[in-house]
Amino acid sequence: MREVAIIGVGMVECGELWEKSLRTIWAEAAVAALEDAGVDAVDHITVGCMSPGLFVGQEHLASLLADELGMAGVAATRVESACASGGLALRAGIAEVASGLSDVVLVSGVEKMTDVDGADATYALGSAADQEWEGFHGITFPGLYAMMARSHMAHHGTTSRQLAAVAAKNHANGLLNPHAQFHIKVSIDDVLASTMVADPLHLLDCSPITDGAAAVVLMPLAKAKDLAGRRTVVKITGSGMATDTIALANREDLARLRGVELAAERAYKMAGKGPGDIHVAEVHDCFTIAEIMATEALGFFAPGDGGPAAEGGRTSLGGKMPVNTSGGLKAKGHPVGATGVAQVVEIATQLRGKAGQRQVNGATVGLTQNMGGSGGSSIVHILEVE
Amino acid sequence: MSVGIIGYGAFIPRRRIKLEEIAKVWGADAASYQRGLQLHEKSVPGKDEDTITMSVEAGRRALDRAGGLDPARIGAVYVGSESHPYAVKPSGTVVAEALGITPQVHIADLEFACKAGTEGMFLAQSLVKAGEVEYALGIGADTSQGAPGDALEYSAAAGAAAFLFGSDTERILAEVVATYSWTTDTPDFWRRAYMHYPRHGSRFTGEPAYFRHIMSSAQGILDQTGLKPQDFAHAIFHQPNGKFPIRVGKRLGFTTAQLETGWLSPWLGNTYSGASPMGLTAVLDIARPGDLVLITSFGSGAGSDSFVFRVTDRITQVQDLAPITRVQLDNEKIYVDYGTYAKLRGKIRMGE
Repeated sequence: MREVAIIGVGMVECGELWEKSLRTIWAEAAVAALEDAGVDAVDHITVGCMSPGLFVGQEHLASLLADELGMAGVAATRVESACASGGLALRAGIAEVASGLSDVVLVSGVEKMTDVDGADATYALGSAADQEWEGFHGITFPGLYAMMARSHMAHHGTTSRQLAAVAAKNHANGLLNPHAQFHIKVSIDDVLASTMVADPLHLLDCSPITDGAAAVVLMPLAKAKDLAGRRTVVKITGSGMATDTIALANREDLARLRGVELAAERAYKMAGKGPGDIHVAEVHDCFTIAEIMATEALGFFAPGDGGPAAEGGRTSLGGKMPVNTSGGLKAKGHPVGATGVAQVVEIATQLRGKAGQRQVNGATVGLTQNMGGSGGSSIVHILEVE
Repeated sequence: MSVGIIGYGAFIPRRRIKLEEIAKVWGADAASYQRGLQLHEKSVPGKDEDTITMSVEAGRRALDRAGGLDPARIGAVYVGSESHPYAVKPSGTVVAEALGITPQVHIADLEFACKAGTEGMFLAQSLVKAGEVEYALGIGADTSQGAPGDALEYSAAAGAAAFLFGSDTERILAEVVATYSWTTDTPDFWRRAYMHYPRHGSRFTGEPAYFRHIMSSAQGILDQTGLKPQDFAHAIFHQPNGKFPIRVGKRLGFTTAQLETGWLSPWLGNTYSGASPMGLTAVLDIARPGDLVLITSFGSGAGSDSFVFRVTDRITQVQDLAPITRVQLDNEKIYVDYGTYAKLRGKIRMGE
């Protein structure tokens, strides 16, 4: 297999982009990534998008977007694995380049979620749960994650304050990210005082509905080094993917993300790294409990220590293991199909030393963790400075 | 020739429902609605109160303030509402007949979400200005609909305001200084035929709809007249909830003191076509001669009408000739529970 590098990154500011359509925000991110890379032709486009059919009534998306970019003719693939669609688009792009099928791949993720109302968006997102065993009985994702949070509390003594600390920390980071949907200061008490959505999850424990798009350009490492000149080259050294039961009822332990553990094991093994080698990580905080459980599944903290670690500032900027410097899904926004790619944009930006006020000094190894549904699919990537 | 308001009147039903009572039924967090939307209670129409009856009441009060004007001299009547009792058959004919205005009169019902009332006011003052009619009546009235459990149910309320326009200087109590309108195709809220309740674009109804249109319309009339926020004694902006009118007013540079007189929504709810017009009746109730007043409506779909009025010396002679808006809002309230409210609003449907 050929080694694979990221030569360009781009994304749009996340938010309620009512004046723009799916194709427009996608093209803006794609053009930004191509300009950053300094390339004007690609062999393949991968698009991560969870549900353009339900959100904007458009399928056949990859061809549409290739055409939007003026590149009709190029090979293009849309991949879907619920909220892990972006991570999967990256993995598909890596496979193209590593195998030699393609030399230059535009990896992208996009979701346009605000063209429908809240009820329709909830339905579309809910289709990532096991419909026969979960969705048809009325539960939606806040309820599923609330059950996971309750289980984690029962097993480990995790508290609502620890959950709230994750939101407060991610909003503090979001203040430093110009691409973030929210630039607001949120305190632990603000979170605890916000409306209860699904006990113990308050409104401010939940990530928002977001329009957004992100893209990166991949090529073989050797070629990237030639093209880069004096620019920092970021290589992808580990890619791990795993599934878990989609229905929570089939899990042995609701307080663990087994899929994330497996995906991390595979990515660490491929990269020859361990949790202690990671300097900065973007994890899938669709709800605050998800970040706590993910940081445990990735091995950053022992089971049950994720909550105290967040509350103790260990995952904050300046902490021992900075997590979600972008603001995470919570503050940067969660355009579901774009999220996995946006995480990679953030880590690549950190490794290039271009993260501005939110820069983790000296970061040379970073990790992204993206998951679908309540953890039914999980994808972990490890990025390093060449 | 100057044209202006020669009579005005408001009507608010006596029944109220508290926000907590609605929230309790739907398991919603009342405190967060109170904080977020600054709403406490809203008016509820009784079984015998609808757009027509409320328009008659408000219209009668406008006539009471018009110094014994013979109603037959009114040449046009416009009733703006999105809750006309009939889909086909005018409200205005019933209203005009009850007020003694028929038969030599132009009548039409108007609909433009929450700005149908100010559209009627614009037409009325325009016809007088053009010399087509001697006097004209513009009314905004609604028994607005909010689907059970929908966010709109916390605000959709009932009320009416009527404004009689004329050009005889001795009768004018507030002269029309300028009008301005700003309208685009922005589908933020709608109700199709045969739908019981409207649908809305949630947060889309905020920035791109309400705020954009009101800001543009208010700024437009300020630019047109060369006036500045500090020139006004009072300003009224469409009040779909308690929060929006204050926020948009502050953004435009108005102060709380200029905004609070016409700010009825925290205790009245959103009376749709009546909302900004009733803010104007509340302002006229206490206005002083020489006061400049700005009113900017908003109707989903979407557009905003602005008017600048200059209050005349006559105002103090008419204020007490009919019920004061604030007195109706604050006094003799009858609180109903959700069950009674559901019955009165036709929310209980039998099998058909």
